[in-house]
Amino acid sequence: MSVETQTTDLPLDTGLPPSGLREAIHDYRQRLRGGDLGALPAVLGLVVLVIFFSALRRESFFTVFNFANLLQQGAMVIVIAMGLVFVLLLGEIDLAAGFTAGTSAAIMGVTLTQKGWAWPLAAVACLLTGTVVGLVIGTLVARLNIPSFVVTLSFFLGLQGIMLLVIGEGGTIPIRDETVLKIMNGNLSVAVGWVLFALIVGGYGLQTFLVRRRRLLGGLPAPSQSVWLAKLAMLTVLLLVATYFLSGERSRRPELVSIKGVPIIVPVILVLLVGLTFVLQRTAFGRHVYAVGGNAEAARRAGINVPGIRVACFMIGSTMAAMAGILFASKDASISPSTGGSSTLLYAVGAAVIGGTSLFGGRGKVRDAILGGLVVAVIANGLPLITEKSGIQYVVTGLVLLLAASVDALSRRRAAAAGRV
Amino acid sequence: MSTMTEPATPPTKTAEPLLSLRGVNKSFGAVQVLHDVDLDVFAGQVTALVGDNGAGKSTLIKGVAGIYPFDSGEVSFEGAEVHVHSPKQASALGIEVVYQDLALCDNLDVVHNMFLGREQTSGIVLNEASMEQRASQTLSGLSVRTLKSVRQLVASLSGGQRQTVAIAKAVLWNSKLVILDEPTAALGVAQTEQVLNLVRRLADNGLGVILISHNMNDVFQVADRIACLYLGRMAAQVRAADVTHAQVVELITAGRHGGASAAAAAGPATVEEGSA
Repeated sequence: MSVETQTTDLPLDTGLPPSGLREAIHDYRQRLRGGDLGALPAVLGLVVLVIFFSALRRESFFTVFNFANLLQQGAMVIVIAMGLVFVLLLGEIDLAAGFTAGTSAAIMGVTLTQKGWAWPLAAVACLLTGTVVGLVIGTLVARLNIPSFVVTLSFFLGLQGIMLLVIGEGGTIPIRDETVLKIMNGNLSVAVGWVLFALIVGGYGLQTFLVRRRRLLGGLPAPSQSVWLAKLAMLTVLLLVATYFLSGERSRRPELVSIKGVPIIVPVILVLLVGLTFVLQRTAFGRHVYAVGGNAEAARRAGINVPGIRVACFMIGSTMAAMAGILFASKDASISPSTGGSSTLLYAVGAAVIGGTSLFGGRGKVRDAILGGLVVAVIANGLPLITEKSGIQYVVTGLVLLLAASVDALSRRRAAAAGRV
Repeated sequence: MSTMTEPATPPTKTAEPLLSLRGVNKSFGAVQVLHDVDLDVFAGQVTALVGDNGAGKSTLIKGVAGIYPFDSGEVSFEGAEVHVHSPKQASALGIEVVYQDLALCDNLDVVHNMFLGREQTSGIVLNEASMEQRASQTLSGLSVRTLKSVRQLVASLSGGQRQTVAIAKAVLWNSKLVILDEPTAALGVAQTEQVLNLVRRLADNGLGVILISHNMNDVFQVADRIACLYLGRMAAQVRAADVTHAQVVELITAGRHGGASAAAAAGPATVEEGSA
């Protein structure tokens, strides 16, 4: 007998139609039609924008130097947006996230530069500042039931004031600590970059393989081997290209200063991505976050501590904002009262929404922050190469955010019609 | 009247009721909602709890579920007297309530909903495979074949399928008594049929079932016994086979039924006493 008939005789295969690549693509198209767009708008937007800017400004935009630069420019927005995903999942908003970053950075500047603390201590002080801000905001929202819009709007103003008081009117605090400066300005050595590449591909491959095997052993439907391999291959090629180009010399004047290797911020963001994704997708806490965002009453009846989940999400959001504060300090080598101000917050909210996190709560992923953050960063990076009018940049970014929110609202309507969320 | 005055015969073997209420009272402020209510629920039977709006059905089941504990009266579960003061205690005893609004999260799939708040974990990591297996087993144990996949989002399910998920969620935890609050209220004909079949299967699997319903067709289709509340008093507890549709309607609207000639003059109190 052929091998095929033998496998169909296995008890495991009963009720488990072999889902090949074609079925997977078909399923994906069904999901899209049902309004579950996932990462598609952000990925498409990213591709279109990159092609657009590359066509117009090939020399200045489409260079490895600029892409590395772009990652660093987008890092703060991405990190704030990662935290905002938790808050948005509840259907809440944190308008104070930008100035939480600024205030935390100011605390770090004071402890690091003025008090002379070691950088790890100053970083912890910075992160704790964020956690405390989140605790207060979360408590006001969850226990006193004040709308988060109002609470965080007052924190938006209040924290701006606290920053001024900490830093002093019109002053700036310089950051001179080598380690802190390196986070945003340093690169991994080429060898470490490749090790990182191997770790990611190997880790992803192993993890997905184990999950798949476990499901098969348990007699549950699992993605077919071809789908698994296709995904792994796609990731490998993407990362291979990125690592290859980032490992090359990208300095404009290599004889003076050599710039090569994967920027340090990349592994930092990857660690945050993996850690927070784990929390959200693999732990009971994460599941409860989705439940509270989807139907708070159902969550309450299931015995979930709804106010507790709310407070925890605001704490995570603000702590991530503080994390972005460290990045601000590192990138600018100084902290001023405008750190984390202007459009930072709106870019971060925009990043999360463009990435696919719903403003209505209950739907979103941590990776949305990265995809959306890259879209925002490409616009912020590419537009100045085309026009010098900063007005146009604001208008375009505003339009993109509006577009993302419309896609969110429309896909939600479509989802409701198709019976999905 | 003879059928009315005799307690409905319990099923063979299980002579002792699974849940038994004696002289239960409940007031909200000055309003006394339940007056000396008695109720017996047997394992392996569907007990329909009927009554007009405001008769106290919801208050009665909320008392059993521990949401509004009773003011006075005795509650026995599996032969032992119990005091249920919180939904958690009720769950621990094996009492689960499926409310009318179902309380499902649309943005989570069937497995996630069934295990919501009681997720299985290994360490801190959710054990998805084992939860999915158990959810599938529970659903197939109830002969549910209408679900395409247990990984479907609840938002994509029809009303009957949602009800099925909510009921499966309630029986997942080795519960002994399942209380269903108007499970067919918002369903079409085919879906009502599905849900009623499921309700019947719960009882056939040995669970005690309390079914709250306004729909006499539903009641007569699945119920073994009918308990009728009238203005906060237990008007009658009868075997479904012993009464007619019209008699139950009269019990609901007038607290007594005139069908039995001898009992034409009997008020609610008499009937209640008889059935107790």
